[in-house]
Amino acid sequence: MRSCQLRELGRIDYAKALELQQDLARQRKQGQIGDQLLLLEHAHVITLGRNGRMENLLAGEEVLRRAGISFYPTNRGGDVTYHGPGQLVGYPILDLREWKRDVVGYVRAIEQVIIDTLAEFGITAGRIPKLTGVWVQGRKIAAIGVHLSRWVTSHGFALNVSTNLTYFQYIIPCGLTKPVTSMAQLGVAADLGAVSRTLAGHFGRVFDCKLVDETPVLAAPGE
Amino acid sequence: MMTDVVMPQMGESIVEGTLTKWLKKPGEHVDRDEPLFEISTDKVDTEIPSPTAGTLSEVLVEEGKTVSINTVVARIEEGGNGRAPRPKAAEAARPAPSAAPAPPPPAAVPSTVETAAEVAGPLSPLVRKMAREHNLDLSRITGTGAGGRITKQDVEAYLAQPAGQPTAPPVPAPPAPRAAPAAPPRAPAVSPVPPAGQPKIRVEPMSTMRLKIAEHMVLSKRTSAHVTTIHKVDMTKVVRMRDRTKAGVQAQYGFSLTYLPFVTRAAAAALRQYPVINASIDGNNIIYHNEINIGIAVALENGLIVPVIRNADEKNVLGLQRAIVDLAGRARSRQLKPEEVQGGTFSITNFGSFGSVTATPIINQPQVAILGVGTVEKTPVVIDDAIAIRSIAYLSLTFDHRLIDGAVGDQFVTKVRQVLEDWSEDVL
Repeated sequence: MRSCQLRELGRIDYAKALELQQDLARQRKQGQIGDQLLLLEHAHVITLGRNGRMENLLAGEEVLRRAGISFYPTNRGGDVTYHGPGQLVGYPILDLREWKRDVVGYVRAIEQVIIDTLAEFGITAGRIPKLTGVWVQGRKIAAIGVHLSRWVTSHGFALNVSTNLTYFQYIIPCGLTKPVTSMAQLGVAADLGAVSRTLAGHFGRVFDCKLVDETPVLAAPGE
Repeated sequence: MMTDVVMPQMGESIVEGTLTKWLKKPGEHVDRDEPLFEISTDKVDTEIPSPTAGTLSEVLVEEGKTVSINTVVARIEEGGNGRAPRPKAAEAARPAPSAAPAPPPPAAVPSTVETAAEVAGPLSPLVRKMAREHNLDLSRITGTGAGGRITKQDVEAYLAQPAGQPTAPPVPAPPAPRAAPAAPPRAPAVSPVPPAGQPKIRVEPMSTMRLKIAEHMVLSKRTSAHVTTIHKVDMTKVVRMRDRTKAGVQAQYGFSLTYLPFVTRAAAAALRQYPVINASIDGNNIIYHNEINIGIAVALENGLIVPVIRNADEKNVLGLQRAIVDLAGRARSRQLKPEEVQGGTFSITNFGSFGSVTATPIINQPQVAILGVGTVEKTPVVIDDAIAIRSIAYLSLTFDHRLIDGAVGDQFVTKVRQVLEDWSEDVL
């Protein structure tokens, strides 16, 4: 069975985590390391996907600055999203050639990991056709945005555990998007660490790999 | 040698991909395995490496297009970086352009093409074809590609000039982004995708705002049982009040006075009297909102947004007009704060400003009613068996019949109408 190195990084700055995952993806492409799963939590940040539109960011720089939110354009798929405390963020760095050469299969598998994780906490979640992510009663509980280069994945998913959902308002124009939700809003008061451990277990099962726990690496290696 | 670059298959069930970004421009050199373009499939952005080393000679699929797998998206001319001039012998061995029809050559342009001696670097088939078609002497064209190679743009620039003049030295900035070969400004005959005449359609992806409006409108139609009732309102008193005060408002406050704040004020009074209109539905419950927060639909260049006047019932006509001017202005310059488009309990849409007499608006979910205001027009009406000229407008109320029955909907509009028809409140 393949092994996958688990790195639980705790609360980490977006820029720092980005640098780390990019460095790990580069090493993975060169075959220097095996598959990785980064699980972490960000400070308030709004990120824009490669195909995202600035018009989906409703708040101006001044408003964001006053609210203590940073802003980063990134190279992942998907549109604008928010990350912040109480949200479990996962960045799998996998070489899909060793699993399945199938990007849609990959996204569906990530959704399955999250659906199975939520089921353990008594939440029935599912998919909505053509709307990537994980949904509970028409509300989005987890978002997905992935970058792929030579079949090596980076970026990943964000699951709202106890996220303060009001922060999503900064990226909703006209209030026309589908609403978001969190485990807490659904009445499940779960600890981020507990969700993280449960999710890691399902990740190993769905992706058929053995998770190897590692001491947290807070700085990008090789620097 | 030319190598076709195709849309790769990114999974067994995947039949198409969207080309989101070209990372190289036509004429640029690309190494084998160097990222050449990006595609997007289901929230996954993928960098696609070049299958070979060479020069990107043709881009056949523009950014934003979705094509099925194995569609040729580009062609790469293999063979070096273009620095070494092609040996003369090899060039001479190529058949002369005998296939080209022989129109009388333009003055001062020799009929021979591909006089390779003076031409730097290999030529792409596209450039050769263009040279044949236009009977050009390539040695007279200044190449701006890698190693002084002649690119398609160089030929186009040459063709755009008066006949026979050598091209000017390359300008620092290339004239147009090459990644978008659609709609070249001239000479469709040399476009890499040969269209037969003018294209009959133009395909453009919807903006995110457009997509969200579309989603919201259909959601609303699916959610509510829409019914529209239309009342004729005599606006003569309001028109007189406005005519009497608009110059003063402009002078004192610096904005113009429209009919919209009068209607908004009347609607706020009626909402206070009929709370079920100022409500929403949550599952099997009715939520009555104690605040009257009225959304005003604002048309944008490519969409619409509904900023909200909070506690609209606490404002007079002047305060409402100021709020409308402020919100509409900031909506158009995209300066609204998130909370300013949220929390509306009722909406007003003023299609009369675009000349519409009446319309049947769509409810702004999760609200249960929306008031449409038609244009105010002088109309002959019968009053006490005499014909009089009055200023008439049509008000249309679309309401959700799940919650509001026709009688209540009409009582609400009647109240709005009475306030407007009996208008007495001073503006200044």
